[in-house]
Amino acid sequence: MLKLPIYLDNNSTTPLDPRVLEAMMPYLTDVFGNAASRNHPFGWAAEEGVDYARDQIAQLINCDPKEIIFTSGATESDNLGIKGVFEMYSQRGNHIITATTEHKAVLDTCKHLEKLGARVTYLPVDAEGLISLTDLEAAMTPQTILVCLMFGNNETGTILPIREIAAIAHAHGALFMTDGTQAVGKIPVDVQADGIDIMAFTAHKMYGPKGVGALYVRRKNPRVKVTAQMDGGGHERGMRSGTLNVPGIVGLGKACELARLEMAADAARLSVLRDRLQAELMTMEETYVNGSVAHRLPHVANISFKYVEGEGLMMGVKDLAVSSGSACTSASLEPSYVLKALGLSDDLAHSSLRFGLSRFTTDEQIDYAIGHVKEAVTKLREMSPLWEMHQEGIDLSTIEWAEH
Amino acid sequence: MAYSDKVIDHYSNPRNVGTLDKSKKNVGTGLVGAPECGDVMRLQIEVDEATNTITDAKFKTFGCGSAIASSSLATEWLKGKTVDEALAIDNMEIVEELALPPVKIHCSVLAEDAIKMAISDYRVKNGMPALEMAHH
Repeated sequence: MLKLPIYLDNNSTTPLDPRVLEAMMPYLTDVFGNAASRNHPFGWAAEEGVDYARDQIAQLINCDPKEIIFTSGATESDNLGIKGVFEMYSQRGNHIITATTEHKAVLDTCKHLEKLGARVTYLPVDAEGLISLTDLEAAMTPQTILVCLMFGNNETGTILPIREIAAIAHAHGALFMTDGTQAVGKIPVDVQADGIDIMAFTAHKMYGPKGVGALYVRRKNPRVKVTAQMDGGGHERGMRSGTLNVPGIVGLGKACELARLEMAADAARLSVLRDRLQAELMTMEETYVNGSVAHRLPHVANISFKYVEGEGLMMGVKDLAVSSGSACTSASLEPSYVLKALGLSDDLAHSSLRFGLSRFTTDEQIDYAIGHVKEAVTKLREMSPLWEMHQEGIDLSTIEWAEH
Repeated sequence: MAYSDKVIDHYSNPRNVGTLDKSKKNVGTGLVGAPECGDVMRLQIEVDEATNTITDAKFKTFGCGSAIASSSLATEWLKGKTVDEALAIDNMEIVEELALPPVKIHCSVLAEDAIKMAISDYRVKNGMPALEMAHH
C-alpha cells in the first residue's frame, strides 16, 4: 500500500538511514563522553568514535582524515570557508569569485564580506545554469584569493565543470572552494583529482542526521588555513571551536561509508527513475526542464509547466512533498532567483516543481507521482484562461492586462 | 498555507468552469488580472434580456486555490440574480463565505472586478453606458 504524501523533496533533506541511526545510538546513550576529555575512558571512547568517522569521511572524498573540520552543517561550513579565507589571506588580496546561482549561504556570506572590503564577482550562468570558463578566466585578477563555485546546484541539479574551474583558479594563484552539499554522497567527489582546496558538505543531505557537517581544508599542495569564526577551546586544529557533536559526527561518518559503498548503484537506479518521471511529464505540451540535462545530479529534475499558476499547482499535487520555484510557497515574494538567473520568466519560474529522489524512492512512488502531476496540470490548464488563449493561438504578450 | 474547507471544495470541484459564446449579444465577459501577477480571471455571464436575469455564468481562472474558489463561488452566486443584484455583490461577502485569510483578499477583489467588468461588457454590447470601474 502506497503511503501518502510521497516524499520527493530530498534536495531539502533526506530521511535518516536506519543503519546510520543504529551507528549513532551508542553515542546518544552509553558513550556520552566529550571527545576533548583526554583524562578518562569516557573521553577516549568518544574520540575513538570521532576518529573512525573522520576515516570514513576521508575515504569517501579521498582526503587525509586530518583535513576534515567538523561543523554544524553546510551553512556554517560555507561561512567558515569563505570568511576564513578572506581573513586569513587578506594580505594577498580581497577578490572573491562566485556565481549568481550559489546557495544563499555562499551569496549572503559574500555580500557580508563586501561590506568589510571584499570585492566580489558574481558570474552569470547560461540557460542550463553553467558558468562560462572564459568568463571565469577573464574575471581572475592578481587580487583574486578565492573562487567559490558549487559542485551541484540545489534547485536544478546542474553540475559545474569542477576540474576545469579548479585549474583556472590555481593557474592564477587562487584557492578553489566548492559547496559540495548536494554532490557529496550522490556522485563521485575526489578532492585530489578534482583539485578542491576547501569543500563544504553536510550529513542530512546524504541520509545522515541534521546539525552536523564538515569543511574539508587541504593540508598540503597547498597548505590552506582558514581563520576561525568562533573563538573558544581551539578544537578542530584551531579552526572551529566547540565541543564536538559526537553522535552527529558518528552518523555523518556512517552516512559517508554507506554512500561510498552504495552511491554507484543508487545513482544508476535513480537516474533511470528520474528519467522516466521526466519523460512522462514531458509528454505534456509546454513543459520544460530547467537546468542542464547533460550535466546533472542523477536524482534531480526541475520542471516547469506553462500556463499553470505555481500555488494552484502546489495545491493540486498535495499527495507529493516537492518544492516549487513559486514565491507563494516561500516567505519571499520573488520567484526562485536560481531559475531567474537561468533566464526563466517569472511565470515559468513560478510554475516549476523540483523533484528530488532518494535511496528510498520506489518505482511505485514514481508511477504515482507521474499520474498525480499529470492530472493536476491537465485539470488546472482546463481551468486556465491563459491555456485556452494559447490553444486558440493568441499571443499573450499582445494583450493589455488590467494590472491590479 | 492552510486553506478553508470551502476553498478546498471549490478548488477540487470547481463549479461552472467553461466558456460562453462571447459573440452573442447577451453574453458579457470580464477578464481581469495579469499573468505576471499570478492571477488571471475570466468571468462570463449570459443574460435573459426580457427579465434582466443572469441565466448562466462560467469562469476560467489561472491562479491560486483562493482565486479559483473566489471565481467558482462568484459564478454560483450570479446564476438567477438580476444584473442589478449582481452589481451589489461585494468582495467582503466572498471573503466571509470562503474564510479567506488577509493575504488572499485580493482574490475576492479580483472576482468582484470580474463581475463588474462582465456586466459592463454586457451593457456596452446592448447600447448602455459602460460602468465606472473602481480601481483597486
